Amino acid sequence: MNGSYLDSYAPLLLMFLLAAGLAAVLIIASSVVGRHLKVRAKDQPYECGIRPTGDAREPYSVHFYMVAMIFILFDIEAIFLYPWAIVFKQLNMFGFVEMLLYIAILVVGYIYLWKKGALEWK
Amino acid sequence: MFPPLQDLYRIAPELVLCAFGMLVMLIDPFVPATRKRSMGWLAFAGTLVALASLRWAALNQGSAYSGLFRVDMFSLFVHAIVIGVSALAILGSFDYLDRENIQRGEYYALILFATAGMGILAGSTELITAFVGLEMSSISTYILVGFRRTVLKSNESSLKYFLLGSFATAFFLYGIALTYGATRSTRFDVVNQAIAAHGAGPLLILGLGLIFVGLGFKVVAAPFQIYTPDVYEGAPTPVTAILACGPKAAAFAVMLRIFYSAFGSASHVWFWAIWVSAILTMCIGNFAALVQTNVKRLLAYSSIAHAGYILVAFAAASEIGVAAVLFYLAAYAAMTLGAFLIVAHVGGTNEQRLNIEDYAGLGTKHPWIAACFALFLFSLLGLPATGGFLGKLYAFQSALDQRIVWLVVIAAVNSVIGAYYYLKVVVAMYFHESNKEWAPMPMRAPMFVVLLLTAIATIYFGVLPNRLMELAIASARSLR
Amino acid sequence: MFILNHLWIILALPLAGSMLTLLAGRHWAQKYVNLSSVGFVVLAFLSYCELAREFFNLSAAQIPWIGNYFTWMTAGNFRVDFALQVDQLTIVMLGVVTFVGMLIHIYSVGYMAHEEGYYRFFAEMNLFMFFMLTLVMAANLVLMFVGWEGVGLCSYLLISFFFQKKSAADAGKKAFITTRIGDFGFTIGILMAFWTFGSIDYKTMFAAAANMPVEGMHQWGVLTSICLLLLAGAVGKSAQLPLYVWLPDAMEGPTPVSALIHAATMVTAGVYMVARMNVLFSHAPAAMLAVAVIGGATALYAATIGLAQNDIKKVLAYSTISQLGYMFLACGVGAYAAGIFHLMTHAFFKALLFLAAGSVIHAMGGQQDMQHMGGLRKKIPWTFGTMLVATLAISGAPLFAGFFSKDEILFDAYAGPNANMVLYVVGISAALLTACYMFRLIFLTFYGKPRYDEHHVHVHESPKVMLAPLVILAILSVIGGWFVLPTYWGGKDYFQGFLDPVFASSTALAAKMHPAWTEPPHSLELTMAAIAVGVAFVGFLIAWYLYIRKPALPNKVANAFGPVYKLLLNKYYVDELYGAIIIGPLIWISRNVLWKVIDVGLIDGTVNGLAFLSRESGVGLRRMQSGNTRSYAAWVVIGAVAVTVFFVWMVR
Repeated sequence: MNGSYLDSYAPLLLMFLLAAGLAAVLIIASSVVGRHLKVRAKDQPYECGIRPTGDAREPYSVHFYMVAMIFILFDIEAIFLYPWAIVFKQLNMFGFVEMLLYIAILVVGYIYLWKKGALEWK
Repeated sequence: MFPPLQDLYRIAPELVLCAFGMLVMLIDPFVPATRKRSMGWLAFAGTLVALASLRWAALNQGSAYSGLFRVDMFSLFVHAIVIGVSALAILGSFDYLDRENIQRGEYYALILFATAGMGILAGSTELITAFVGLEMSSISTYILVGFRRTVLKSNESSLKYFLLGSFATAFFLYGIALTYGATRSTRFDVVNQAIAAHGAGPLLILGLGLIFVGLGFKVVAAPFQIYTPDVYEGAPTPVTAILACGPKAAAFAVMLRIFYSAFGSASHVWFWAIWVSAILTMCIGNFAALVQTNVKRLLAYSSIAHAGYILVAFAAASEIGVAAVLFYLAAYAAMTLGAFLIVAHVGGTNEQRLNIEDYAGLGTKHPWIAACFALFLFSLLGLPATGGFLGKLYAFQSALDQRIVWLVVIAAVNSVIGAYYYLKVVVAMYFHESNKEWAPMPMRAPMFVVLLLTAIATIYFGVLPNRLMELAIASARSLR
Repeated sequence: MFILNHLWIILALPLAGSMLTLLAGRHWAQKYVNLSSVGFVVLAFLSYCELAREFFNLSAAQIPWIGNYFTWMTAGNFRVDFALQVDQLTIVMLGVVTFVGMLIHIYSVGYMAHEEGYYRFFAEMNLFMFFMLTLVMAANLVLMFVGWEGVGLCSYLLISFFFQKKSAADAGKKAFITTRIGDFGFTIGILMAFWTFGSIDYKTMFAAAANMPVEGMHQWGVLTSICLLLLAGAVGKSAQLPLYVWLPDAMEGPTPVSALIHAATMVTAGVYMVARMNVLFSHAPAAMLAVAVIGGATALYAATIGLAQNDIKKVLAYSTISQLGYMFLACGVGAYAAGIFHLMTHAFFKALLFLAAGSVIHAMGGQQDMQHMGGLRKKIPWTFGTMLVATLAISGAPLFAGFFSKDEILFDAYAGPNANMVLYVVGISAALLTACYMFRLIFLTFYGKPRYDEHHVHVHESPKVMLAPLVILAILSVIGGWFVLPTYWGGKDYFQGFLDPVFASSTALAAKMHPAWTEPPHSLELTMAAIAVGVAFVGFLIAWYLYIRKPALPNKVANAFGPVYKLLLNKYYVDELYGAIIIGPLIWISRNVLWKVIDVGLIDGTVNGLAFLSRESGVGLRRMQSGNTRSYAAWVVIGAVAVTVFFVWMVR
């Protein structure tokens, strides 16, 4: 819009450049200065000093992700209740009905999950 | 402080769609696997109720929720297109889902949610609302694209669509942020006033550029069309049909609102971007389609090319140009929906019959299907007395009115090139001998109705375009 | 006022008949097909009668009566309404089309009874009626063009009705392509008219044209251009020089089709169009002259060919071309009413000639060559009688319909405001030839000894359903011209008087342009009529002498004038000429230029080039479409960078 407006971002840009520059310098310096030893043991996964058995990249059961996802979803949705709690008095009946609707929608999701068997660990 | 009750009426179509979507989700777990088709009928009923509720919304025109959403002729027009597309696509999906063994309630629920998102997109007069609508429709369609879970291609295209789509959405969001930074508002009218008062600074224009990236992705404008062929090819064909019509229409609608209403006074800035993009889109779509042997992929490229033609009318940035875009979207929706659903029907189990050679002999073996397909292809080609022709006529005419001559010349050349690949399919259907046995293709009532309606619409728009054009002009008028 | 307020009904009836017959006719017994297709045409005729009754009650200010139903399309200021118009000219044309059309439909019930695709025939005939009525009733050029193309399409479908026969399919294609050449001019003419007048409504166009100055004979102005372009369309549709070649071949179609489309109605569309556009033509004398010259030349030229043809339908085809030439001649000298009058009488007697010829062919079991006929007079008396009446009418025997109309045209060519001696001589010569070849046809077919195998060919009179239309048309061929009878004792010309409002401005303009011209004396009219009758009688005598008196003579004459006869027999080799100078090069061009250069070179080249680019240089479309998500994302980024840089650069 005008120069002075963008100017106010200049310190930010400076900081961004400094940070990027520092990171770059550190990485380059370590690769230039440091010693590189390629040993087989060095490439092996570290498991508390025990000799590794089998493949480190073992797939997790997909149920794990499912539960994690469901947890996050419901958790975040529950968080919406907090801001509502703060303005509960002002919103009055309107807010109450809205929240009831909101929770009803959550319950629909819950019933869906339940009946689809997403909560069962097979 | 509280929104008036009337605002609820204004978003009635969206409410209906969401309510029916949730109803489907709720009932679906209790319905035995063999009876899932009933969920489709429920969803179809939902779209019908939503269409009916448009009338209700129409009686309560005006701005809702302190300027976040608006019901006007424009919004109603686009609503009618996207809901109509979904309704017909639902009907056209029944047999397909049965054949592919993926008849599930979620499919229909997702279509309803996506449609609600598109509706929000069409009515939004504020960037965040637009974003919500965009995400709602996008996320639902990401899943729909991958609905054939056991087919690798479908998974791949779903993932691709998801990754690239979120990527583009991020640009869009960034654009919103910059616009807000420059004008202290995300409402279109305020942005418009700010530009009128202070002009469009670099920050704001940068914001507009990024918004164009996000929406260009949705309307498949070059250079953001890149994902289209892969995603369209991998998606279940009825979903492809929706993708090619619904989200495109909704995204064009919000793009019109943003570019034409909010950034209207900065049109000298974005005009050339649209100009270049239109040419690139048309050329890439048409030239790439020339070498395709797969009908589904060919139609995907064709849909890119058509986005280019729509951009021609878009570039006109006049009232008649906006009307031309709307007319084109409606005519295009009818013919493309019909064409893709025929591809779905002819494709058979596992979509094995997709190549042009596979269509050889369709004209003699299934004359009615072939005749319908030929009609849609002719309309896509732009033959007179079809909707496609008048769409192009209006689009080019509106651009000529604004003295955008070269763009129209290039567009006209492109539509001639396009004739080649459409005719290739027609020739195969009618003049090539079939080398494969044709399994019987029973046509059930829902599919029959869909094809009938789309064919009638295609002819109707071509022969008696005036009613639709009057509506489109009234809609364009309501946009200012 | 019901029909006047609902003009569309007249169009809708044959369309409904066509759709019904097409959709359901396949499964119907013939009598239901008859009921639906003939029934709807009869209904159309009845509604026309009602329309005419209502029309005569209108005041002069209400004419032309326009029914505007809806706006068909608008694009910018280009606006086409679905609007129908009725004025005196329309009433005449509608009468001809619905009445003759109805009779021919009835006749076809008998004629087509044993043909395959009975229902298809009637559906297409009904559809033709619909388009022809659209053409005649349209209130603007675009709607007229819709009808124009529609009748062309139906003509194409009906000519190639026996599509298993290659010659029929070829003839259909030839008709379609040849008329398309003219239609191309017509299309450009419409565009130019829109460009000039800002509208394609007759009313607006004529009002605008009437206010424009008359263009000089040597001044190639915009009106002259429009008229010449429109004339190109008329020449194609009405089979005039040089685009007449399709009409003789069109005789491959069933005979009712020849009668309806290629004699009575569609081919007269060109004449109708010129008459309809009379305001434009009157302002462009050069174009008028072109119309007259083309008409006169065609009249004479086609008549000479008619002399040497042996196929009974071919003779009639050339006769039609020749008579259409007369109509053009009339319009060209500004005698529009006379042209339309001849159009009407010609519709009666030429339809009759074709139907009677059809009856002959029917009787002969499909034989069309007159050299294998002869002596049929006694065996098919009804056919003979009616055909004789028609022949007398076309030859211009006194009191028959053709006599009046032809006489009026010749009179105007000789003594009208735009009179031209050369045109008159051409016209009167053609009249001589007409009488000659028509009586040749009669004598060869009905007189002399039978020249066919009487044991194999069982000659029989046609059924009543075919004869009834013949008789009705025969009556009309006699009395159809009596409108003008009073003029011979100094009375009023009712036909011309009726049409006067349509051509009033053109007539007034002609009088203004030729101030020296005065109304010729009444005695001249009688003299002219006498000359015309005399000439026709000479033609009859020649035919009588050659084919009755000295039947051996024609062969001697043919031998003596070997080259000339061969030239006529082979129709001046025009088909061969066109083949050599137009079609040959076209094929050569399409093979060597379009195919080798454009298809193989350009399109394949482009396609291959794209593949080449994508394979070799790595920037082509295919490489772009690698299927790799990361590279797609990279494209999105590149695009985003390009867009943002572009935008920011625009505002700097």
